[in-house]
Amino acid sequence: MLKSFRGGVHPPGNKSYSENAPIVKGPLPEKVVIPVSQHIGAPGIPTVQVGDMVKKGQLIARSDAAMTSFVHATISGKVVDIGEYPSSYRDKSIAIVIESDGLDEWAPGLPMERDWEKLDIEELHSIIKQAGLVGMGGANFPSATKLTYGPDKKIDTVLLNGSECEPYLTCDYRLMVERSKEIAIGFQIALKSLNVKRGIVGIEDNKPQAIEIMTKAFEGTGVEVVPLETKYPQGAERMFIKALTGREIPAGGRHFNIGIVGLNVGTVNSLYEAVVHGLPVIEKVVTVTGDAITEPKNVMTRIGTSFKDLIDFCGGFSKTPEKIINGGPMMGYAQAALDIPVVKGVAGITVLSKEALSYGEELPCIRCGRCVEACPIGLVPSMLSILGERHKFKEAKDEFGLLSCIECGSCAFICPSKRNIVQYIRHAKSQVPAAHH
Amino acid sequence: MSSQTSVQENIYSVSTSPHIKADDTVQKIMWRVIMALIPAAAFGVFYFGLSAFINIAVSIAAAVVSEYLVQKVRKVKVTITDGSAVITGLLLAMCLPPDLPYYMTALGSAFAIVVAKHSMGGLGFNIFNPAHIGRAALMVSWPVAMTTWRTTEISVDAVSTATPLSVLKLEGYDSLVELFGGKTELYKAMLLGTRSGSIGETCTVLLVLGGVYLMYKHIISWHIPVCMIGTVAIVTWIFGPEGLFTGDPIFHMMAGGLIIGAFFMATDMVTAPITKKGQIIFAVGAGLLVSLIRLKGGYPEGVCYSILLMNCVTPLIDRYVKPRIYGTGGGK
Repeated sequence: MLKSFRGGVHPPGNKSYSENAPIVKGPLPEKVVIPVSQHIGAPGIPTVQVGDMVKKGQLIARSDAAMTSFVHATISGKVVDIGEYPSSYRDKSIAIVIESDGLDEWAPGLPMERDWEKLDIEELHSIIKQAGLVGMGGANFPSATKLTYGPDKKIDTVLLNGSECEPYLTCDYRLMVERSKEIAIGFQIALKSLNVKRGIVGIEDNKPQAIEIMTKAFEGTGVEVVPLETKYPQGAERMFIKALTGREIPAGGRHFNIGIVGLNVGTVNSLYEAVVHGLPVIEKVVTVTGDAITEPKNVMTRIGTSFKDLIDFCGGFSKTPEKIINGGPMMGYAQAALDIPVVKGVAGITVLSKEALSYGEELPCIRCGRCVEACPIGLVPSMLSILGERHKFKEAKDEFGLLSCIECGSCAFICPSKRNIVQYIRHAKSQVPAAHH
Repeated sequence: MSSQTSVQENIYSVSTSPHIKADDTVQKIMWRVIMALIPAAAFGVFYFGLSAFINIAVSIAAAVVSEYLVQKVRKVKVTITDGSAVITGLLLAMCLPPDLPYYMTALGSAFAIVVAKHSMGGLGFNIFNPAHIGRAALMVSWPVAMTTWRTTEISVDAVSTATPLSVLKLEGYDSLVELFGGKTELYKAMLLGTRSGSIGETCTVLLVLGGVYLMYKHIISWHIPVCMIGTVAIVTWIFGPEGLFTGDPIFHMMAGGLIIGAFFMATDMVTAPITKKGQIIFAVGAGLLVSLIRLKGGYPEGVCYSILLMNCVTPLIDRYVKPRIYGTGGGK
């Protein structure tokens, strides 16, 4: 039997829009807007000033905090502004704006060739800390923090997440198919950096080609490639860890509490580039897809490229778009406008017309229990939504595990009453006083 | 890129994820339940005749009309097309004697909708199964009419034929077997529905077929019907008329309203526990109560009251029986 987790749902995959589209180089933007905070933790402090000329790969913001990530110029040109700009995850965030000089020149010394096997752990950690790696699976965890854990964290297993359970998205799939060797090396670098022997790769079994190619790429490395049941949210960190190792992150805890580090294939691909070629994260693969996109593609995109430029690059809209989603339809963030930049955590832009979306009148809960069966965490979402609706936030937290919710949306997806359960839960979470956490 | 498809500056829809939802709706679920009930109801009409048909029609009409009126009075959206009132009307009629005077049926049905459903807040908020409340109300109001049975329409001395369970209660098991002319004949009648009883409760085969259809469509799960019917079977087998382990579980499983109750009424989502574990407790409890009433109670049959009694316990069960939350106890 395939490895899996309890609960979950089966939304239509809709991967066919872009799964066979090879990764293409994106447009060279005339202007990039690069937020200094693309991760959980301390924002970077700009190290450049308005008017400075920068080259791609050059450091432009940094911080000495333990949980942070460096930020680099993604095109060559002139810094024209440092200020507040619209952002995908927050209303606004501080960003550094660079106008292209059209030359697209690398910073001195880049790219380079490095034999990763000759690097010792200190050298490796120093490279990783400066590379601006951020978890590309969507959680925006600063990867440098994870990849440089010391022995005190007792990490014994590193997992590579190739499940890509979110409908429509195919960027991880394309990376696995096209860059399996680089990913295999990147993953071995991660194992070395954490001084861990045990590595496991998990891929949903709806991607047989990726499983085959990755298995070949990891031959002789001691790393096992394991097919997982195709079920949403198989790729969610808690589910993925449970499926592959049987371990559970304690409620309110983090991955390191159980000695596990999980990495996304995009992150590992960037790790390879950083260590072997000395390249910081200046680009990432973004799946531009959906029924309202003329030509869905997997695009190697410079960080800071606007959603608008990227959508134009894919032929624009083929029909009237209703929602522009940062990510996929299950957990993605709907965007009001297109002037926001691609950041390191953006896996895809899913543009859907009204027909591809679901709208339905919200009815009272009929207690059918489908959400209870679907919840991968073991919550009673129907009850949480009702308590949220009635402003009984404390009861939701104390008796119904409100804060354990990962907001995967399985409950709201399956609900026949079309209740916006995730919305009620998010609201309830925001209303639980911080003191009670 | 062509200019007419170029991106325009616009404000797009924004809402919380998920942005897609499964196809199933409350309406679809309700109409599937109705579909599942139709064969057994149709058999009732075929077997008991025109009065059964009129009773079904009156019951459904009364349910739908009273829902419409209540919602008009409450000034809320009229939801008669969601199918839930139709289910209540249909289920109630299926649990009534075929010759019940039509005005009683209409009153019972209106009572179910107005008191049991809408006084609690409408769909999703009622504590008790509305159809069963309607039946219980009729039972206390017109006990004689509610226990006047017959078999087929044509039979001359059919009127006032007792149900198999009342025969069992009043005259004993041997008389029951004798009445049907042998055990095989008894089982056959119970299975096919050629016996006296309520309009839609007699045909075991068609009711189970409807139940299996609902399981196939993931509207109900096996937990409640299997546990409730299983409990009745085990208890009635153990506590038989001739001492321990002499009961007839096969008869008891198919008798009275157990099949329709276990598949279609105890499984009512609104009034049953929400977790599978809770549903098992609920169903075993209901099964024990059915057995207790049948073996020791004053009534020959107890499915309706058993389910109503367990409905009271549902909120309590849901409070204490919850799934284990990931990352808390039990897991590695």
